[in-house]
Amino acid sequence: MKRPVFFMPFVGFVALVAILYAGFHLNDPTHLPSALVGKPFPSFQLRELTSGKVLGQRTLLGKVRLVNVWATWCPTCLHEHEVLMDIGEATGLSIVGINYRDNDEKARRWLNVYGDPYDFTIVDTNGDLGVELGVYGAPETFIVDADGIIRFRHVGDVNDRNWNRELLPIVDALIDG
Amino acid sequence: MVSSLISGLLGVWVVGVSTIDVFEFENEAERRRYNALIAEFRCPKCLNTNLSGSDAPVARDLRRTVYRLVDEGLADDQVRRYLQDRYGDFVLYDPPVRTDTWALWFGPPLLLLLGIWVLGRIGTRTKKISLSNEERARLEAIRKQ
Repeated sequence: MKRPVFFMPFVGFVALVAILYAGFHLNDPTHLPSALVGKPFPSFQLRELTSGKVLGQRTLLGKVRLVNVWATWCPTCLHEHEVLMDIGEATGLSIVGINYRDNDEKARRWLNVYGDPYDFTIVDTNGDLGVELGVYGAPETFIVDADGIIRFRHVGDVNDRNWNRELLPIVDALIDG
Repeated sequence: MVSSLISGLLGVWVVGVSTIDVFEFENEAERRRYNALIAEFRCPKCLNTNLSGSDAPVARDLRRTVYRLVDEGLADDQVRRYLQDRYGDFVLYDPPVRTDTWALWFGPPLLLLLGIWVLGRIGTRTKKISLSNEERARLEAIRKQ
């Protein structure tokens, strides 16, 4: 061991392997961490899809809710829709829709055809609420507690797997807590 | 012939420009700030395009947001903070210096210093080969053969 320098290439190699190994196990780079977890749901003044009433962020207070960002142009949302219908039926959980960058007429037709899992649907035609929420695509789902604080954000579709594994335990903990 | 070609090209050019958002600015300084800002942020949807270069719907929304904020008189740093609060560090090409980004900022210079040190060591080692008198005598003997 007179020459630690002699072992440098080997040490370097081991370090590189470790870094690459960790790199392969990082999350999908398209999944961004949310900056909004722990913060209040952003304020808004937007129309409800069917009633046309203008709603604000205070309508979300009082219950743990799933807030689901969806659009008729989003194929994954159709897939997710069935799961949301099941969740609504099975748990009685309040689900709120945000119809994101969409057309009202198409959105109403969609809910007529496939069923309406939402307590109400907020219309975000130009994506302003989406920006406030840090949304960069649909579907996305937020878990909002009874005080209107965002507790979790899920990017991509909610399916049986991630619902049972990730979202449901958080919802249960919030309701029991 | 030439003129129709030119007007044709101009037509193409006009069509190309018309897809860019049309915003009105109060002054040239605001326009410059807006352009600098949208070039600075990364589009959240497209991983490696900035806001100004992306046609994704969310990039359009964010350009509109940046325009609104600049128009409302927010300083550059406030605009950065606004987007960072909503979209996280991802929208910034330069991540903030924090303990969890320490390796990212200081790792490469450290590695460079380490490399220089290793090179220096190797250099001095090879120069410093010293022979005992006995070895010197053997070397001389070999040379004379």
